[in-house]
Amino acid sequence: MYTQAMDLMAKEGGPAQKPLRSAEEVQLEARFEARIDDGGFIEAKDWMPEHYRKTLVRQISQHAHSEIVGMLPEGNWITRAPTLKRKTILLAKVQDEAGHGLYLYAAAETLGTSRDQMYEALHTGRAKYSSIFNYPTLSWADMGVIGWLVDGAAIMNQVPLCRCSYAPYARAMVRICREESFHQRQGYEALLTMMNHGTAAQKEMVQDAVNRWWWPSLMMFGPPDAESPNSAQSMRWGIKRISNDALRQKFIDATVEQAKLLGVSLPDPDLKWNEERQSHDYGPIDWAEFWRVVNGDGPCNRERLNARVDAWEDGAWVRDAAMAHASKQQQQDKEAA
Amino acid sequence: MSTGNSQNPKVDPKAAQEWPLWEVFVRSKAGLDHKHCGSLHAPDSAGAIQLAREVYTRRQEGTSVWVVQSKDIVASDPADKDMYFDPMEDKVYRHPTFYELPAAVDHM
Repeated sequence: MYTQAMDLMAKEGGPAQKPLRSAEEVQLEARFEARIDDGGFIEAKDWMPEHYRKTLVRQISQHAHSEIVGMLPEGNWITRAPTLKRKTILLAKVQDEAGHGLYLYAAAETLGTSRDQMYEALHTGRAKYSSIFNYPTLSWADMGVIGWLVDGAAIMNQVPLCRCSYAPYARAMVRICREESFHQRQGYEALLTMMNHGTAAQKEMVQDAVNRWWWPSLMMFGPPDAESPNSAQSMRWGIKRISNDALRQKFIDATVEQAKLLGVSLPDPDLKWNEERQSHDYGPIDWAEFWRVVNGDGPCNRERLNARVDAWEDGAWVRDAAMAHASKQQQQDKEAA
Repeated sequence: MSTGNSQNPKVDPKAAQEWPLWEVFVRSKAGLDHKHCGSLHAPDSAGAIQLAREVYTRRQEGTSVWVVQSKDIVASDPADKDMYFDPMEDKVYRHPTFYELPAAVDHM
């Protein structure tokens, strides 16, 4: 989902090349490129080209926004989880997503953007987040399918980012990936329980959820390679390691087997094994829908953004009170000393 | 060196309304060093310790946490890296392998 960020940049005009550069800048850039070519890491205070910085701020903050907004569709089911066990699991998962958002915001802040600036961009609708979170969660089976497919796709996308050239991002991703595998496994297990022990209606619920989430999950990898012109630069800089289409294919190949084991079908009549490619062929993805959702017209865009803005505004007095308490405490400590 | 968010000159001054930024160091188990693991915003030190637990040790990753305000960290300048660290490069005699001893005392 997270590589979507860079693909969106392309739509907004692409990289700005500065025509005039000082000799020093040319030398710094050559050293930067050499370090990247060596597979080296860039740290927060190292020199970096402006476009590298901008691309990363964009990608990392959008990734962070996705984690934060990603809590909403699942939060919808915390109070309605079928058992206490499922409820504690879901709570832990949603808490992880908050944590992932925080790691990522912190990583983006090392690039010189502030938390408030990023929040502002999200709350005013300027910043994007992953299109997947603009779909509704209609039944309990959606919780399982989100874990299995959505987190599964996210993991596929995120593992290569652990080797991102920007070290603070890579370190955050290592931590995130370590935690994320529980998310996928708990989802698949919840679905297995429904498929193996559920009623006919519950099994149907699982199939219905798979039908609704399959295509949006495939869109999480971003537009086809041919239509993501910024990918080349990001690959070159080690921000992105594997192309959208390659990751999508890998995800599909892995998921087909899991679907069989679960006993559900995937809603694509063109999905079949291609002996020659040693991969699955799949039907066309509705990219018009993808762009519609990205650009604000998905089923839940408005609802998600409103929920997020409300949470932020309703929490303002808590943040202010905590600051007032801290400064009062500081004053008292000073007087006591 | 790069301890995280400290001393970043580009941060917007408007950000003054934000809770201050803290760097978090976690000792994963007794006997090991505290290691930098990230940063967070908190109103004061007690809040920072509390939030560090929620954000960075949800799976028993730590037995002890340090927090320090990012602005209080003093770091070496990455631009001086070569000048600062390279002089040690040619001081091979500071390493035990520099000294060749007879096989009889080889484990010294």
